[in-house]
Amino acid sequence: MKVLLSLSLVVLALFAASLLVGPAGLSVGDSLAALFRGEGDAIVLVMREIRLPRALLGAMVGAVLGLSGAAMQGYLRNPLAEPGIIGISSSSALGAVLALQTGVAAMLPLALPLAALSGAGIAVLLILALAGPRGGAMALILAGIAISALAGALTSLVLNLSSNPFAAMEIVFWMMGSLADRSMQHVWLAAPFMAAGCALLLTIGRSLDALTLGEDAAASMGISLVRLRWQLVVGTALAVGASVAVAGAVGFVGLVVPHLVRPLVGARPSRLLPASALGGAAMVLAADVAVRLVAPDQDLKLGVLTALIGAPFFLHLIWRLRGAEA
Amino acid sequence: MWVCARRSDLALVLALASAAPALADVPGRVVSINLCTDQLAMMLAAPGQLVSVSDLASEPQSSSMVAEAAAYPVNHGQAEEVFLLHPDLVLAGSYTALATVDMLRRLGIPVVQVPPANSLAEAVAQVRTVGAALGQDAQAEWVASRFEASIKAARITGTRHTAAFYHPNGYTTGAGTLADEVMGLTGFDNIATTAGVTGGGVLPLERLVMAAPDVLVTSEPYPGASRAEELLTHPALRAVQGKAGANLHTDADWVCGTPYILRAIEQMRQAHLALDCHETGVENAMTCQRDGP
Repeated sequence: MKVLLSLSLVVLALFAASLLVGPAGLSVGDSLAALFRGEGDAIVLVMREIRLPRALLGAMVGAVLGLSGAAMQGYLRNPLAEPGIIGISSSSALGAVLALQTGVAAMLPLALPLAALSGAGIAVLLILALAGPRGGAMALILAGIAISALAGALTSLVLNLSSNPFAAMEIVFWMMGSLADRSMQHVWLAAPFMAAGCALLLTIGRSLDALTLGEDAAASMGISLVRLRWQLVVGTALAVGASVAVAGAVGFVGLVVPHLVRPLVGARPSRLLPASALGGAAMVLAADVAVRLVAPDQDLKLGVLTALIGAPFFLHLIWRLRGAEA
Repeated sequence: MWVCARRSDLALVLALASAAPALADVPGRVVSINLCTDQLAMMLAAPGQLVSVSDLASEPQSSSMVAEAAAYPVNHGQAEEVFLLHPDLVLAGSYTALATVDMLRRLGIPVVQVPPANSLAEAVAQVRTVGAALGQDAQAEWVASRFEASIKAARITGTRHTAAFYHPNGYTTGAGTLADEVMGLTGFDNIATTAGVTGGGVLPLERLVMAAPDVLVTSEPYPGASRAEELLTHPALRAVQGKAGANLHTDADWVCGTPYILRAIEQMRQAHLALDCHETGVENAMTCQRDGP
């Protein structure tokens, strides 16, 4: 409980930092007056229409990525499971890009998150089918790489074929993710799906606890494995799909965060899940503040920073796993 | 009144396409592989002298002379297809299709490269450059001098307003560009130039919102969706547009420094005059009625 409280405080502090950092260089007093009391014409616009949605999306995207990473690691009992690495994010990016480029998203805004979460759902099902619930780390990663590569290639293809000259330049956004210039519309579009996904994933903590004892033990404790599987698939698809639809595929958050918070809360999934959600929110908020400090006038992609932290971490995990398997 | 006069100037300038060719040193078959030289060549070349223009010349998003371009065979700037047209002269830009230009020169075809115009003076000079290359000096001189006079006449002195260009991805144009000079000429201070942008650069939406320009010039969206253009429908940008006195779109006239830039200049002038009317109220009602939107 103490850990969750201090993690919440960290998230709050980073949320405030995200609101106060930006290229316009506003003073703290002016910013807060504009945000809460609506004082100052242009500043209100900057605070309420540009920075607030950005900070909110940072926290939301981070939370769902951390949470789904922890849930997948718990269900697959595999420390390398993560929406980005195993191709769920790139598949939802493909769904989102298809919705945008076919014009469906322009007619029906809800089509964007729906298409993205369909992509995510298909990828989760494929992964579970290919690697199996008890599949080894290798099978999981290989299946993930294949799905990731295929979805990435199709995304590039769709964007290259677009009649819009800017679309092809956005391959990087869909692969790396960014929160630049998002609006409250994106927050409202993603929030319901993310909330539903999180609710589903947070309820499976107890079942995952039981699963750590093995499938037979879990089944004997009255856990329905089929139900658990579907909760995981739908929850992850909802959460990751909505996140990718508005912010692109931000990698490695779901991988790194559960490992970072595990020493704080222990390995029990029911305790790890909420802590990972908070940890993920903190990580993405921190990364998003950092991209604005490093390159204030450029849209440095969020995924660049998370990969810089995440990829070496991933290598370290593989190294340790190799030692364990040998 | 003189607004109308300058409009007819432009018409005159453009009507010149059919004037008689000069005699000495005239290349008989000219191929243009660059959007901007396409348009200058179509204006200046003698009938039959220009053999082909680039495919961009028939794109309404980038070319002011789509209708004229329909009369010419299209090339795609590839050395092979250009060579097969047997040109005596190739007109090209200075940054694009460098490999093509090298190849054509190796094949013994004279190529004149015309750098993009970064100022109105350069735009005028370009008319003379292309005219000289085509052997149509007299005609080019006539077009250039009218072009120059129209630019001079368009200058607005007195009250300054602020304006900004805002394109997909937050791209804007600042100091040292043709577009910036058009703003300065028509009595606007360019927000991007004030913010320290030289050439083209990105202006974060936050800073544009804080600067609250009187006139916002955005670009027309392309078909299909892109996140880059989604920025132009951001609620904060919409609010800036709501408060601005005028919102314009850049079109093909802004792309090249051809005499068609006069239409862009006119558009900016009208925006300035409309803002003046708005501020002075009925004081200058005559002007406002004449020049208002």
